[in-house]
Amino acid sequence: MADPLMSLLGVKKSYGEGVARTEVLHGIDLALHRGEFAALIGPSGSGKSTLLHLLGLLDRATEGRITFDERDVESLSDDERAMFRGYKLGFIFQFHHLLPEFTALENVVLPMMALAGKEKPGMRERARELLSRIGLSDRMNNRATDLSGGQQQRVAIARALAMKPLLVLADEPTGNLDQETGHQVFELMREFNRVEKTSFLIVTHDQRLAVQCERVIEIVDGRIERDEKRS
Amino acid sequence: MPFEWVVAVRFLREGRAQTILILLGIGVGVGVIVFLSALINGLQDSLIERTLGTQPHVILRMPDDAVRPMKKAGADELVMSRLEEPAQRLRSILRWQQTLDEAAGNPRVTAVAPLVSGAAFALRGNANKSIALRGIDPERYRAIIDLPARLIEGTYELAGDEALIGVELAKDFGLETGDKVRLTTAGGKSEVFLIKGVFDVGNKDLNERWVFVPIRAAQTLLDLTGGISSIEVKVREIFDAEDVAQELGRVTGLSAESWMKLNTQLLIGLRSQSASSVMIQVFVIVAVALGITSVLVVSVVQKSREIGILKAMGTTTGRVTRIFLLEGAILGLAGSALGLMIGSGLALFFASLAKNPDGSATFPVALTLVLFARSALVATTVGLLAAVIPARRAAQLDPAEVIRYG
Ligand SMILES: Nc1ncnc2c1ncn2[C@@H]1O[C@H](COP(=O)(O)OP(=O)(O)OP(=O)(O)O)[C@@H](O)[C@H]1O
Ligand SMILES: [Mg+2]
Repeated sequence: MADPLMSLLGVKKSYGEGVARTEVLHGIDLALHRGEFAALIGPSGSGKSTLLHLLGLLDRATEGRITFDERDVESLSDDERAMFRGYKLGFIFQFHHLLPEFTALENVVLPMMALAGKEKPGMRERARELLSRIGLSDRMNNRATDLSGGQQQRVAIARALAMKPLLVLADEPTGNLDQETGHQVFELMREFNRVEKTSFLIVTHDQRLAVQCERVIEIVDGRIERDEKRS
Repeated sequence: MPFEWVVAVRFLREGRAQTILILLGIGVGVGVIVFLSALINGLQDSLIERTLGTQPHVILRMPDDAVRPMKKAGADELVMSRLEEPAQRLRSILRWQQTLDEAAGNPRVTAVAPLVSGAAFALRGNANKSIALRGIDPERYRAIIDLPARLIEGTYELAGDEALIGVELAKDFGLETGDKVRLTTAGGKSEVFLIKGVFDVGNKDLNERWVFVPIRAAQTLLDLTGGISSIEVKVREIFDAEDVAQELGRVTGLSAESWMKLNTQLLIGLRSQSASSVMIQVFVIVAVALGITSVLVVSVVQKSREIGILKAMGTTTGRVTRIFLLEGAILGLAGSALGLMIGSGLALFFASLAKNPDGSATFPVALTLVLFARSALVATTVGLLAAVIPARRAAQLDPAEVIRYG
């Protein structure tokens, strides 16, 4: 198998200091590969979000080694990690977290602007193209807050994909949606994975969605309990 | 447009009520500053202008002829001072032509004029009045005190036996342009002068006592042939006057006194007025700054989700910091624009309320471009500084935390 896109080696994460210190992840070894479509499952409180935040360079591991493309990302400065997030990673959250002050289109343009420092030609075209692919061409200029939950989550997918990331991390992206809409959103991610070869790691509680992924990683109480691949 | 600018403007625009309220707050604050400055500057300018309307900036005379400032409470509790003519016999400034050129050569001096002044009497029929005889070179003297502008009748011409008298003397003696008046001195010299004009310098006492004649006529009357009693000097910057006076005094060996020394009380008054106005402005600025800070701190808390998302998307802490600094600066600038309107409106309204009989404002206001620019600059800077704490808070927000609990 080719070099992993991202790998974790003996990664531990604890919160708090002194007596209040609790270890949430107790030594995780994990490799994510290019183009992979994986699910991360596990009971509540098992450390799924914590792991996702470490993979997303939003938080730092207490111990262990995390590499992205062979590069040690734990040793990078905060700003370098921010740039890394911007260029290589995409995020989709349960509560979509669109910026309510901006339109759907602007929400997709923003990550590109944040990295370039200003709006550049082509950014709007890229955003329009993404929005039409998720079926929101006619809602582009609506305020983020004027969209339904499913529509907002689709915009969040478009936003995550704006910079053509190598890996998209999604934390319960369908958790807030009804089953039908949740399925549509899931299918959309699946399609982007197939077409663009973007890797996805999706945290979900939904067994029916998990079984549709090529790989299911189960985490229990801060340890990887199961890691199954199918084809 | 830079990313930070786009986000800052949008955050402010969508903050509607909050933004409008804080803008009003800044506007009122800046308005108070503009109004107060305009009023006080206007008042002070006009006080100084009135004082200097009848006084040279610096006066040079023989050392023992030194002038004693005389305090006198005027009609509107202004403290003015007046030059008291010395009682002793007049002595001329030695080699005064040379001294005059020396003084004129000083780079901070814009005009000099020789003067022959002394006590005399004006006679008309049986009446006689004590006057201050002032022998001048009309062309040079007008650069010191703009007498032509103060003429209410006649022409600004002085040659041979011609004189200009004040409006009070003219009234007392029933004189007008074209009439004649006899002037005599204690030394027994006497001469008849043709009145060429009547002036009003805005000071009753001087309008009664001042009589201008050509320098040569005064020399004859006061027994000072070829000599002069003082040199009056105008300087470029009026508040340099004391400095220039000391310099001229050193160079010429004459006694040199500035208007500032002769009007110490007035200046102390003006200075304490300025100081209290500055105090008020400082407090207003502090209040405005606190207002901006608290609004932005609240907005950082309200927007912590968005800030977390922006960071997760790759926005560096530098950019996040700049977004909020910009918000502060924009609030300051926009608020000051509002404040300039409020302050100017208030100042002009006040000025229009009370008018002197001649139509000039009782409250002279000085609304200058400098004042506007300064206020806008101060407000923008204060906005920027007030945003430092909120901006740092925003920069320190941990995206993982915000997203987890958002
Ligand atoms: N900032 C923190 N400080 C202390 N403990 C924390 C912190 N963040 C998470 N934890 C703890 O770490 C454990 C794992 O949390 P995490 O959010 O990763 O679980 P999860 O698997 O995502 O759960 P869920 O399915 O409910 O989202 C929990 O026990 C949680 O209380
Ligand atoms: Mg979670």
